[in-house]
Amino acid sequence: MALTPYAQALGIEIDHDEAGEPVLRVDYSNRVAGRPGFLHGGAMSGLMEMAGFAALQAELARRGETMRLKPVNIQVEFMRGGTEQVTYAKGMVTRAGRRVALVNAEAWQDDRAKPIALAQIKVLLIPAE
Amino acid sequence: MSDKPPSILPPGTRFDPSLAARMMTRHGHGGWLGIRYHDHGEDWVELALPWREDLVGIGAGLGDMGVLASGPIISLMDNATSMSVWTKSGNFVPHATLDLRVDYMRAATPGQTVIGRGECYKLTRTISFIRGVAHDGDPADPVAHVIGTFMATHGPYL
Repeated sequence: MALTPYAQALGIEIDHDEAGEPVLRVDYSNRVAGRPGFLHGGAMSGLMEMAGFAALQAELARRGETMRLKPVNIQVEFMRGGTEQVTYAKGMVTRAGRRVALVNAEAWQDDRAKPIALAQIKVLLIPAE
Repeated sequence: MSDKPPSILPPGTRFDPSLAARMMTRHGHGGWLGIRYHDHGEDWVELALPWREDLVGIGAGLGDMGVLASGPIISLMDNATSMSVWTKSGNFVPHATLDLRVDYMRAATPGQTVIGRGECYKLTRTISFIRGVAHDGDPADPVAHVIGTFMATHGPYL
């Protein structure tokens, strides 16, 4: 799976594969910094959105479908401030029909059981010509 | 009767987004994205995000090469709405984004600067309610709409 230019420029990488779903990571740097000492909410959202798209692409690949993905909307809940350390994110496809998909994503840092943010992403699926 | 808002501004001064943006848009994530101050009013702030080749996202396929990723638009709107809260409050108090919903109306035009207008439409002691619109030249043809809330973390807004 290829990450977008934005994801690569931000420093997002594929960390590992977890039961078929890619886990993404971004190291802490000035590029993702918000208020002093904390991760920017927008960077967190960008990471979760990328993880959501990656999980959806993996699901479509398993089905043997090639689709163009068009984001419809994203709802993000910020639950904890992200601190100056590695951040991970993983997406989970809740429902992928023929025309629209709903994907959940979560972001965490050193404790997987304490996610820092959740996202719900809706994506329009357009059959590739 | 209430504790004074813990603003870090000198006494008698109000938060001014045009001054604050000089510092905030130079460092960290906003600085890396190239976000700049554009305009502001009593309860709104406009920031600008110039198009850049390395901020391109998935678009909707090869026919849409060069479309700005949605991540930078979320960051632009997070920053613009955040600053609209301090602008309405007048106090530069620490706060955190609780939630943010972004609806993508259409892909941003490649090469065009995106303007993000954030508005604080209601302020309570602890919670601020925000909404905003992103466009790339014509406010009547928006790229995205946002709605969300922030919470004052170290003392009240008012």
